Amino acid sequence: MAIKTQPVTVNLGPQHPSTHGVFRMRVMFDGEEIVDVEPIFGYLHRGSEKLAEERTYTQIVTLTDRMDYVSSMLNNQAYILAVEKLAGIEPSPRGVWLRMIASELQRIASHLVATGFLLQDLGALGTPLIYAMRERENILDLFEMICGARITNSYLRPGGVFMDAPTEFWPALDRGLDDIIRTIDELEAYLSGNEIVFSRTKGTAVLSPELLINASITGPMLRASGVDWDLRHRAPYDYYERVAFERKLHTASDNYARYWVRVQEARESVKIIKQCIEQIEPGPVRPSFDDVPRLIRPPAGDAYAAIEGSKGELGFYLVSDGGISPYRMHVRASSLINLTLLRDMLIGGQFGDLFVTFGSVDLNMGEVDR
Amino acid sequence: MIGLGLPRGFLVTLKNFVRPAVTEQYPDRHVGLLGAAKEAGMNPFQFLVRKPADSIKAIAGIATVPVAVKQSARFRGNEFTYFEDRCTACASCAKYCPLGIIEIVSVPGKIDAQEGESYKLEVFDIDIGRCMFCGLCVEACPYDALHMGTTFERSKYVRDELVISKDELADAPKRPSAFYRPQFEENAFDPFKETIEDFHDAGRHERPSDDDLKRKWIDER
Repeated sequence: MAIKTQPVTVNLGPQHPSTHGVFRMRVMFDGEEIVDVEPIFGYLHRGSEKLAEERTYTQIVTLTDRMDYVSSMLNNQAYILAVEKLAGIEPSPRGVWLRMIASELQRIASHLVATGFLLQDLGALGTPLIYAMRERENILDLFEMICGARITNSYLRPGGVFMDAPTEFWPALDRGLDDIIRTIDELEAYLSGNEIVFSRTKGTAVLSPELLINASITGPMLRASGVDWDLRHRAPYDYYERVAFERKLHTASDNYARYWVRVQEARESVKIIKQCIEQIEPGPVRPSFDDVPRLIRPPAGDAYAAIEGSKGELGFYLVSDGGISPYRMHVRASSLINLTLLRDMLIGGQFGDLFVTFGSVDLNMGEVDR
Repeated sequence: MIGLGLPRGFLVTLKNFVRPAVTEQYPDRHVGLLGAAKEAGMNPFQFLVRKPADSIKAIAGIATVPVAVKQSARFRGNEFTYFEDRCTACASCAKYCPLGIIEIVSVPGKIDAQEGESYKLEVFDIDIGRCMFCGLCVEACPYDALHMGTTFERSKYVRDELVISKDELADAPKRPSAFYRPQFEENAFDPFKETIEDFHDAGRHERPSDDDLKRKWIDER
């Protein structure tokens, strides 16, 4: 006799430890199977884009820190690139190298957080997360050394960075990179071959490359399906033409592939930082205040600049009316756009894979709601 | 290789199990007899004789000593350092603050025969409760009067107490952070060990000698 089941609607979140912030899902289950998902977000909306309309271009840097708070440096970089494009600012070479180092460090930190929390969602309580966070802590120490803050850095300024790295930063960075490599090796040693991780992540939430491209998904999610799309390679910004790195691709497009791509990308970031250290040149870290004053008045017009953020294409669109603050700012938040495929990933899946799939997207609610 | 993944994983956790802990104790750290004696600056035998009560505590493992958190010199702490003698009440900090939490009221003040008219600062309030420690005010200060502080323990029970006034800023110990102040890094100033007593030492320019001043203001006139 077949067991009859009745669909049950369960409300998950917004205050749920596994939702990576304040995210709410109304999920309909039929037994163990997910029938329908309705994502509801907006609980962390702080109106950053509106607040930007009444702040000067330098002051907005502080707002961008708080959008995706696990990759502040990357947010800073995307915003500063948009401002430089809008105002036609020529950045200082040393400032550009420094901000490349900072943003690649931030990418490693963000991928470590993503990996740690993915494993936490898998049910590996504590251990992988603590190992990942321990390494992230060293990166945050490096940030504290160069800019005085750990999370809300505000390190970048139009034309470069606000201050040169202290002398003790460079040996600490060398040591830190070795530690990062060691941590990633360790992470791979116990996760990349782990049968439990295999059985839980391989073959779950598979998405086709066509669907991913049509939904304009970017970042590790897209590269996990074998699409070679990395803005650092396709549309190089800053000095990414001058550094060599591999684009790691996986073809399975399942949860494991997303995890694998992130870990490999962290390795590539270490290579990029090493090349930056070799190529960095002495000089000022930002243009003089005669060229780029604190109060910028870009000519009327608009500009869009995008970088390869830790979660995908992170773009800032700025419209200027010639005043001291932008007329309008819009953020192409990669987390929000990656979230749009959540239904396709979850429907038909099992209850146990819900949060694993959710974790493999690597969302940050601060960026989704802004 | 299927089948080897789990043992290899357990090997990693085992390796981590025996490695030294990275936990940093705060605000106190437990010490034994040796540590307590070292903290008091004596050798263990002296310590046993002179402070028997503390020794028993230390042997029992309940003695603690305060620890300082490892911070870098550029740490943007939540207590500002302010040199009133350097401030000209130009209100640059108030203008650059993204949140507008610095309140400045100045009136035309004393008239100095040599330096001319200057502004007198009546109110200089920073609402720390709304501050996000971005450091833009410090970056904007043209005379190095305002610096980020290095402490971070400033919790209060009432929100109003988080507004720090001019007098409070002036009386606080001067432990400025090296954030946007390269002169401190050049002088190897350590804010966690020493303070700046003389406001002349906080500037980014070298203090002119008396001869230079005499030449500039008397001889060349």
